[in-house]
Amino acid sequence: MSFTNEQLERYSRHIILKEIGAKGQKKLLNARVLVIGAGGLGAPAAMYLAAAGVGTIGIADADEVDLSNLQRQIIHATKDLGKPKVQSAKETMNELNPDVTVNTYHTFVTSENIREIIRDYDFIIDGTDNFPAKFLINDACVMEKKPFSHAGIIRFKGQLMTYVPGEGPCYRCVFRDPPPKDAVPTCKQAGVVGAMGGVIGSLQAMEAIKFIVGKGQLLTGYLLTYDALTMEFRKIKLPHNTENCPVCGTHPTITQLIDYEQAECDGAL
Amino acid sequence: MRILVAGETKEVKEGLTVAELLINEQVETPEYVTVTVNDDFIDPANFEKTELKENDSIEFLYFMGGGRYVVY
Ligand SMILES: [Zn+2]
Repeated sequence: MSFTNEQLERYSRHIILKEIGAKGQKKLLNARVLVIGAGGLGAPAAMYLAAAGVGTIGIADADEVDLSNLQRQIIHATKDLGKPKVQSAKETMNELNPDVTVNTYHTFVTSENIREIIRDYDFIIDGTDNFPAKFLINDACVMEKKPFSHAGIIRFKGQLMTYVPGEGPCYRCVFRDPPPKDAVPTCKQAGVVGAMGGVIGSLQAMEAIKFIVGKGQLLTGYLLTYDALTMEFRKIKLPHNTENCPVCGTHPTITQLIDYEQAECDGAL
Repeated sequence: MRILVAGETKEVKEGLTVAELLINEQVETPEYVTVTVNDDFIDPANFEKTELKENDSIEFLYFMGGGRYVVY
């Protein structure tokens, strides 16, 4: 595959980087990344991946665009209200970069469909907003041996970690089980600064890009936390002993995917 | 004795347990917090009997959703 003149210009700022170059850009164009959740995290992640020329991007989300989404989900615009988020996201990505093929999955990920969906991709971005989905994505990625980026954001805080099979702890190594549905108080309306999705979602895109071009160090074995109020980033080393993990350990007890119930929040957005 | 809590040096009493530290640090709903000491996970069942030692480095790792739900 050789570049067109338009591609040489479009990706010139990548090609000029010695860590990416023409070779790395070709890897990006041949890469397949799945973004689960077209919300606060998935929006910026998907946009940067599309702009970067990741050749195939999958986007999964069951929701429609709502006015309260637009404070942070910048892949959607006012004209998209009521549209499936995956449709709106696909249109934005195609406008950004016609080189990119976007596959849409207008559905919730469940134990029934997730393994089949992720199987087609090289790297997965968890941009979901709830614990059942986060555990499902983790377990499915461990079982299918897929690398993925986990992230969470709340109020003025965010965090992320990267799982690569065999190279460090998974999400469940760190957080054993989702909080029970009836735990009191499990949830209250939290809120989040819109730009937080931009910070953390962009870092997730960065992990995907580094993984694809094979340069630099990933956040495997580390949890990166960000506090916007104190403006502190901390890279916290995670334990290496993963043998006892119920899913990625040496004697896994979780061998089937689990659909946890989501705790219902009053007046959730 | 001195310990490191989330990267900050703290002066605490000898033999402080992880359970006591969670209270001192006012960690909300400690049942959902993952604790590591010197890069090792501490089983929540052992919070009360795990005594900290001089220069131990403790981290609290919090569950974080996506801005829609929060746990704690
Ligand atoms: Zn694990």
